[in-house]
Amino acid sequence: MNPGKILLVEDNPDDVALTLRALKSHNITNDVIVAQDGVQALDYLFGSGNKPASEDLPAVVLLDLKLPKVSGLEVLERIRNDDRTHLLPVVILTSSDEEQDLIRGYKLGANSYVRKPVDFVEFTQAAKQLGLYWLLMNRAPPTPRKV
Amino acid sequence: MSRLRDWPIKRKITAILLLSSGLVLLLTSAAFVTYEVVTNRETIKIQLATRSRILAANSTAALAFANAADATELLAALKYDPHMVAAALYGQDGRVLATYPAAAAADLIPAAPQPDGYRFEGGRLVGFTPVAQGENRRLGTLFIASDTKAVSDALRLSGVIAVAVLAIAMLAAYALAAALQGRISEPILALAETATVVSTRQDYSVRATKLGADELGTLTDAFNQMLGRIEDQDRELRRHATDLEQRVEARTHELSERNETLRRNAAELLAANQELDAFAYSVSHDLRAPLRSIDGFSQILLEDYGAQLDEAGQDSLRRVRTASQRMATLIDDLLKLARVTRVEMRTERVDLSAMAQDIVADLQQNDTAREVEFTIAPGLEARADPPLLRVVLENLLRNSWKYTAKQPRPRVEFGSTDANGGRAFMVRDNGAGFDMKYMDKLFGVFQRLHSASEFEGTGVGLATVRRIITRHGGRIWAEGAVDQGATFYFTL
Repeated sequence: MNPGKILLVEDNPDDVALTLRALKSHNITNDVIVAQDGVQALDYLFGSGNKPASEDLPAVVLLDLKLPKVSGLEVLERIRNDDRTHLLPVVILTSSDEEQDLIRGYKLGANSYVRKPVDFVEFTQAAKQLGLYWLLMNRAPPTPRKV
Repeated sequence: MSRLRDWPIKRKITAILLLSSGLVLLLTSAAFVTYEVVTNRETIKIQLATRSRILAANSTAALAFANAADATELLAALKYDPHMVAAALYGQDGRVLATYPAAAAADLIPAAPQPDGYRFEGGRLVGFTPVAQGENRRLGTLFIASDTKAVSDALRLSGVIAVAVLAIAMLAAYALAAALQGRISEPILALAETATVVSTRQDYSVRATKLGADELGTLTDAFNQMLGRIEDQDRELRRHATDLEQRVEARTHELSERNETLRRNAAELLAANQELDAFAYSVSHDLRAPLRSIDGFSQILLEDYGAQLDEAGQDSLRRVRTASQRMATLIDDLLKLARVTRVEMRTERVDLSAMAQDIVADLQQNDTAREVEFTIAPGLEARADPPLLRVVLENLLRNSWKYTAKQPRPRVEFGSTDANGGRAFMVRDNGAGFDMKYMDKLFGVFQRLHSASEFEGTGVGLATVRRIITRHGGRIWAEGAVDQGATFYFTL
């Protein structure tokens, strides 16, 4: 079973480590691509000057909101505005559940919004469920044809 | 008639005087003339009768002897009275023996004697007198006709006199009226003039001149008194108006200043709110991340290196985790408190009873082990922001739920009661209660009356509740005693 990759957009190395550990502890060992800010995430998805876009789209993007350079919401907006990615599942995974973030996130077309629990046991549970759901349970949208 | 009513008072008085004196004079003159005429007619009747009787007495011989010549001569003596128009002597047989004038026209003398007596007839006074010898030997009849010039003369004369007197009297009455009507009309005119001045110039300081102590004088006095009172009141009114104007001006000034202050405050408040927003946003994102690291890596230590740590080391790590989680709860509660202040309020009718039922159902579902007796009064309604009010009820009911945990027969009641003439809602329980002397700490942020080991909590709930109630313009207070339960009251 090869359920595809996860693109984790997260600037906090601690959170990266914790998320990876949580995923790993549930045997979700698929490729987790880590983008440490919005620019890296966009570069991965759409390519940059010297690097082409990734061949395969990830099965899901786990997107933090507070990111340096380009914010999570901007990344989401770019994803939704591009023909190649506008159906790509995006889960907002962030510290806050401020109402404005929830509203804007869903308005921009987030597929899910998960608040990271402080309790690491709960966090691990959340990561597990996210992984299982988006990688195994969820049917991904059809891959857009190359032009 | 309305014309008459509109006449000036002067003319009215003169007219009344002339009319009444004229009427009196007219009646008097009429009586005078009538009297004159009646008297004159009686006088000439008596004169004619006297003359007739004398003449009749003198005529007995002539009639007894039917001596026409003598009779004619006798009658001819009548010429000395120019009023005598005609006369005749009739014999016993009723035939005319003699006439006066001697050749009188047939229409002047009746053909036969008529009943005795004297009467006016066709503008003449006629009389038939018996001519008799002795007491009862009738010899014939004497007829005399006199003109009534004396009567008409008297009528004319008395008429002229009456008219003259009337004219003179009317003139005198007019003069008198003209001279005296002023006594009545002048004070009235003066009053009228004063009233006109007052009403046209709005000048209440003028006074009507009093010209006498009669009813008009009283009226003038009353009018002047009235003016005086009006003047006083007018002055008072003006003073009040000026006062009011000044106060309005002062108040307007004050208000505009206050408005300015308010505008500034509002701007500051807006800035502060925006700052608070940014602050809360930042807290929400940035303050929890390190806690997650602390908790996460502590857990990792416990999981991966737990075996290398003794019990004390493991306990320390567990304490680190508990503290970080508690801090996360504190942050969340604080953020909730801040949100309660920032969120825009939309009030509508809220069914508090239904809301309380809902919350209670949640509580019972989350902790099926406990049995708490809830009493919720039906039909409680208020205008409020539904989500915020839910926070209030949730906090209060959850508190009651929490603080009745050590009570063998826990009871919680939600209802309403009268408070200071208004309606207050209340949540009452028979739980741990509190000491009234700490009442002021009850609603403070992070203020707790129980230790965390006794009853867990962050000390933010009631502060949040009070903030919501305050935002609704309401009031919240509590009553209680240690181990005897607590009652929270709030108005909206």
